[in-house]
Amino acid sequence: MAEAAIANPVRPALDAIAARDTSSLSAGQRLALKYFLVAMVLFVAQMLFGLLAGLQFLYPEFLYGVLDFNVNRMVHINAMIVWMLYGFIGSIYWLVEDEAGVELVGAKLANINFWVLTSAVAVVVVVYLVVQVGPGNKMSIWFINEGREYIEAPRWADIGIVVCMGVFFYTVAGTFMKGRWSGISGTLVLDLIALAGLYLAGMFYTTNLSVDQYWWWWVVHLWVEATWEVLVGCIMAWGLMKTLGARREIVTTWLYIEVAMMFGAGILGLGHHYFWIGTPEYWLGIGGFFSALEPIPLVAMVVHAVYDAGRHSFQSRNHPALAWLIAHAFGNFLGAGVWGFIHTLPQINLYTHGTQWTTSHGHLAFFGAYATIVIAFIYIALQRWRGDVWMSGDLPDRGWKWKWSLALLNVGMLGMTIALLIAGYEQSFIERAIGGSTWAAYFEGQTQPWFVQGMQWRMVFGVVMTLGMVLLLWDFLTIGRGETRPAKEVHAPGPHVG
Amino acid sequence: MSDGVWWASQDFWRKCAIFVTAGMFLVLILLTFHSLAAITAGQDRVPAYSVINHRIDYVFDEERNMKVPVIGEEAPLFGEVLSEEEARALVDLGKLTVQAKNCMNCHTLLGNGAYYAPDLTKAWLDPGWGNEQARELLMTMFLKDPKTNARTYGTNRRMPDLGVTDEEVRGIIAFLKWMSAVDTNGFPQGFEPLPQGGA
Repeated sequence: MAEAAIANPVRPALDAIAARDTSSLSAGQRLALKYFLVAMVLFVAQMLFGLLAGLQFLYPEFLYGVLDFNVNRMVHINAMIVWMLYGFIGSIYWLVEDEAGVELVGAKLANINFWVLTSAVAVVVVVYLVVQVGPGNKMSIWFINEGREYIEAPRWADIGIVVCMGVFFYTVAGTFMKGRWSGISGTLVLDLIALAGLYLAGMFYTTNLSVDQYWWWWVVHLWVEATWEVLVGCIMAWGLMKTLGARREIVTTWLYIEVAMMFGAGILGLGHHYFWIGTPEYWLGIGGFFSALEPIPLVAMVVHAVYDAGRHSFQSRNHPALAWLIAHAFGNFLGAGVWGFIHTLPQINLYTHGTQWTTSHGHLAFFGAYATIVIAFIYIALQRWRGDVWMSGDLPDRGWKWKWSLALLNVGMLGMTIALLIAGYEQSFIERAIGGSTWAAYFEGQTQPWFVQGMQWRMVFGVVMTLGMVLLLWDFLTIGRGETRPAKEVHAPGPHVG
Repeated sequence: MSDGVWWASQDFWRKCAIFVTAGMFLVLILLTFHSLAAITAGQDRVPAYSVINHRIDYVFDEERNMKVPVIGEEAPLFGEVLSEEEARALVDLGKLTVQAKNCMNCHTLLGNGAYYAPDLTKAWLDPGWGNEQARELLMTMFLKDPKTNARTYGTNRRMPDLGVTDEEVRGIIAFLKWMSAVDTNGFPQGFEPLPQGGA
């Protein structure tokens, strides 16, 4: 019955995918496709639970006592973190052999690792949904959920994640060691060590909430505002070489500049999370100053991407991927940079911290910085998988699916962000500035028309995004199928003159 | 970048990346030692767990130009003075319960978490409890049966029944009382606590 309901154009695509031959791909590339597939399943889950949580803001009785807001919200943000990690792992497995010049080391182990990690993720999600909460003891933290935003995964899963990341790291670093190193791979491997090491900072329990949050931010901030940014910098450098034919020397130099600026600002930018958690007052100055610098590398990344694209007259071998890489550059700058900067100084953050400002920033930053580049990479992978086919201009049907999904996803996200920001302005004004931050003031803010309208518009744009996602997945299933033209040849331009 | 000037060379920027990262990380580590010492329970910024035996006030500090928690006379939680270790165990039970019930995905603690329900940083001091005498009973009733006792101020957002035990309720309240005494540099803005000490 469900199968019959699938629209006609989708059916053959699903059949084709099931029967699709992957023998032309390398071991790393085949593995990458698996990671991308799970990433997209989790992307759907993220959207679905986001819609449920958004609806509960408007209709609090909806699923009350069945799937409460805290469960939906936890699945929403955890699915996001995990699908982005899957996207990064997939992207790295996609590029590792090409970059190292040898076959993937430990391919069998890497394959087992994928199934172990994916099974663990599935078990964690089922427990989140079925068990939800436990009694106030360590067993709950070990086996149900840790109750710490973003890193809710229970401790057993933490350990599993570290082991799986270790295997992933071994296969990637081992491949580079067996083959050749480059500036990109060297940066990538060092960054992966930092990324995995930081996760350990979140794997302990303490009674003291201030100490708890101190280390919690090491994971959350030093991931998303430092090591993840450098990781996507590496992926971006490789992506620009592949889609545009940008020169290695240029993308590598840019990568170093970005690392210097990103870590230069981002490591002590951590201080903007230490304003109000009990930590000393000097963090107001340090955190304010360094986090104000954090947008600078993101500007550099925009300049880099757009300049490179312009240098090549936007002649790319993969238009959808290039479009999403450009969306990444601007989304990262706007979402992480501008939206972060507007409330990062302590003088304003005192009013905005823990309001819908944060939600607004979080949505645009995660989407702009990370969702976009994973989508770009999936397009790069699909092109190769479907036989290195033409994906530049003149696509069948004018490529309406990728263009419309790009537009709907980005417009939907921008619309949500602005709706949430308006709600946030209203909340910080009514609840904090006027109301004095009491519970009564909180609810006063939540019932103001501008806040409620913000939530309604967020829902509308969330649906727009969902339509974009459906179209995106449809495009993933169909793009390049039946295409006979080979991919456009791209070359590095001559030396820069003038 | 290939025209040979030093500031555009790959080598220069590679060194920059390495030294800047190492330098910043070193500074972070040094600050971490200092900050962790300052936020150890019982030090200047974060109270000892036995603070739950005392009245907690929240007053304006001229010198720092912000409100700070002030630990007052003895005012034991549930009328029972606890030793430091007993107090730690009770706050610990509260913290574990707050984590196990996933409170942070609706509420914020010290401003961090989700935004579906009020911030809990100063929940113990919230004027919504009316007065000191009624507070413990009202908090207990609410946590035991939030469906019936929720005050949603017209939003209709009720806390679900999370099945907390009597002992866990005491733990949560102890944890909230302890948290309200953390020096948060004046966060949340403009907070005025419920009347302290009066009848």
